[in-house]
Amino acid sequence: MEVLKYDLLILGSGLAGLRAAIQAAIVSKEKIRIAVISKLHAMRSHSVAAEGGIAGVLYPEATGDSLDLHAYDTVKGSDFLADQDVVELFVRFAPEELKFLDHLGVPWSRTPDGRIAQRMFGGMSIPRTAYAADKTGFFIMSTLYDNVLRFENIDIYHEHMATSLIMENGYVKGFTVLDLKEGVLKVFLGKASIIATGGAARIYGFTTVSSSVTGDGAAMSYRAGIPLKDMEFMQFHPTGIVPSGILITEAARGEGGYLINRSGERFMSRYAPQRMEVAPRDIVARAIVREIQEGRGFIHEESGLGYVHLDLRHLGEEKINTRLPFIRELSKKLINVDPVHEPIPVRPTAHYTMGGIHADTYGHIMFNSTDYVPNLWGAGEAVATSLHGANRLGSNSLAECVVWGRFTGESAARYAENASSSLLEVSSTVEEIFKREEKRLFDQMFKPELNAEDPYIIRQELWRTMDTYVYVFRDEKGLLEAGRIVRDLKDRFSRVRVDDKSRKYNMNLKEVIELGNMLDIAEVVIVSALARTESRGAHYRTDYPKRDDVNWLKHTLAYYTPEGPRLDYIPVRITRWKPEERKY
Amino acid sequence: MTARSEMLIQESKLGLKTLTIKIKRYDPEKNRFRTSIYRMEVSRYDTVLDVLLKIVRTNDHTLSVRYSCRMGICGSCGMTINGKPRLACMTNAISLGEKIEIEPLRNFPPVKDLVVDLEPLFHKHKQVKPWLIRKDFEEQFNPKKEYLQKPEEVDRYRIFSMCIKCGICMAACPTVASNPRFLGPQPLSQAYRWIADSRDEGGLVRLEIVDSQDGVFGCHFAGACSASCPKNVDPALAIQFLRRLVMRR
Repeated sequence: MEVLKYDLLILGSGLAGLRAAIQAAIVSKEKIRIAVISKLHAMRSHSVAAEGGIAGVLYPEATGDSLDLHAYDTVKGSDFLADQDVVELFVRFAPEELKFLDHLGVPWSRTPDGRIAQRMFGGMSIPRTAYAADKTGFFIMSTLYDNVLRFENIDIYHEHMATSLIMENGYVKGFTVLDLKEGVLKVFLGKASIIATGGAARIYGFTTVSSSVTGDGAAMSYRAGIPLKDMEFMQFHPTGIVPSGILITEAARGEGGYLINRSGERFMSRYAPQRMEVAPRDIVARAIVREIQEGRGFIHEESGLGYVHLDLRHLGEEKINTRLPFIRELSKKLINVDPVHEPIPVRPTAHYTMGGIHADTYGHIMFNSTDYVPNLWGAGEAVATSLHGANRLGSNSLAECVVWGRFTGESAARYAENASSSLLEVSSTVEEIFKREEKRLFDQMFKPELNAEDPYIIRQELWRTMDTYVYVFRDEKGLLEAGRIVRDLKDRFSRVRVDDKSRKYNMNLKEVIELGNMLDIAEVVIVSALARTESRGAHYRTDYPKRDDVNWLKHTLAYYTPEGPRLDYIPVRITRWKPEERKY
Repeated sequence: MTARSEMLIQESKLGLKTLTIKIKRYDPEKNRFRTSIYRMEVSRYDTVLDVLLKIVRTNDHTLSVRYSCRMGICGSCGMTINGKPRLACMTNAISLGEKIEIEPLRNFPPVKDLVVDLEPLFHKHKQVKPWLIRKDFEEQFNPKKEYLQKPEEVDRYRIFSMCIKCGICMAACPTVASNPRFLGPQPLSQAYRWIADSRDEGGLVRLEIVDSQDGVFGCHFAGACSASCPKNVDPALAIQFLRRLVMRR
């Protein structure tokens, strides 16, 4: 059993994980030893795919913007499910982070006088989304990764996939980690840990996200007894390119793009007359699906998918080339459509997990409404600090990642500096969990068995189920059916087989581990959605089309039990903004 | 129409063309290459990555491919396709003709099948200190306000900042093939990217690093790096700029 010991373990290498690593290195004056553990090469996390931008109030005097306005937009966008103290903290630190990223070298798009340019985004009442062309996530990721390299006290473990969380006496000791290149299971022990493993939208087939976004960190926390919060709130980005689901950034609409139905009508005038195409994502996504359902969309010849048109032609070639070059490249290469001359076929696509591991305001992970895991933090899409509530505004997530990367990097480093080194002892619990994991991964999965199940068939069935019954519109009948299917898939998964018997870079084994995580997460999403008999933000129940503040102004907590998730609820923290009807 | 019935239509459509896919794959247990050949039905939108993942899903679960974003930005799926280093996710399959030959990326040690070890690249990348070097350490990590930078100043380094660290330029470079110590097009273009940033003050430090036969003077200007870069970074141009700066130093 190979054991690696660190003061701080950071699981995940996206914006949140890398930002946390940098902050921990800075505040500890490069004294503590930090490991960044990534199942990918650490510069390839899904954050690279973020396109449109990062929100923050930068120039209030010049624009008339204010922290209060950003906070209000976020709370209203969340359909009043955001915790308002969290939102206020967020808007205060977001501008600091934008400047910090500038100081690390992000190639921002600039105004002629050299300041950071900002663009319009959905649900934001003022242009406050800073950007670097339409590759904002890529540029920030690349800059953070490069800056991590300057710190000698940070070790990066590329292609190391955590498989379980080691919990002992209420503390996190560390993780069992599969070294993909060598095919060997290792133990990482840390005095403090941060989970920054990203979202779970890969439980859907039609999705914007990378294949890696399989909810690993959330699933292993859940199985270790930590609740998942608000998992019914899955965001569908309105404009996924048909037929692949790949993202066409909201900036395309922020820059003035139109959504057009089959009759050539800008149909958003029916759904959000004030904001039109830059209404929040849940509203635009529902509008598009309604248009398609009511026969005003198009049908894609090859895939049979319904879609509408995103028309950028009136923006002109120059604006498209300077503001949206990646969109043009993707459309041309993937579907042979040049947006300068033709509209892009789009439909809503699974995009962002608003729920996640239950964490407090500063990203400290909690067992329930009062008890903390003393040495565990979480940042980014993997956790729910309750910033986004029922619907995240575009460009708030990149800011969320760096703000909570900073908070958790700082808190965890301070904790690790003073923590007892007994946390790094190889106890019997560590040995037991390691043995259990080795057996699970290498013995059981490789064992040839009669009636063994094919993981790729199970995955296809999971995708079909989620795309069908747990999409933009849901109802009781569909959710019950989805729950039944996923339980059946979990049963079949217990007899799954790994065909590839080799150790080194066994992609088959990796994808089976991910599938196990996805099935657990999907079940939580379905059960949480079935229980919530109202419509709020991204969770829309056709059988309960109204928001119900009397019964449902509360967060869902889902706890693992062998029989399936057990649900509990905690109140939403409301400070300044009383719930009101959401109109755009 | 529900998404479910849409998906069913999707599955009932037959592929439009049948292609032969020949894959040269590395077997780490036996330390040798072998070739697998597959016949696959391919639609007009399918990329080479789509085809490979379809092989994995329906045909051969043991095939290992490194992939992630499928939109040409994460840099995972570099491989040799019909003799050229390319991103599988940005290469349309049908446009390559009836037969596609796929091999691992060259100039890197193979790990398994189409997966190669990129650690040598990451190590060389780090050597050029690819971060903003400043004297105002306190301000850099606790910013009061942004460093101003005019759009035309961003333009000076923008194309070089597009690098996704996929290793394709290194695989294409004949000098990297013959001299493993040669830094190569990726690190050198990144050295230039940071030197050309008006916010950076580390130019001299980096010029020192690249001023050698294993640095800018190792390059023979074959231009294969720039021709193959999927993000149009143009490392050959960066190396020329660097040489000029080294000579003037």
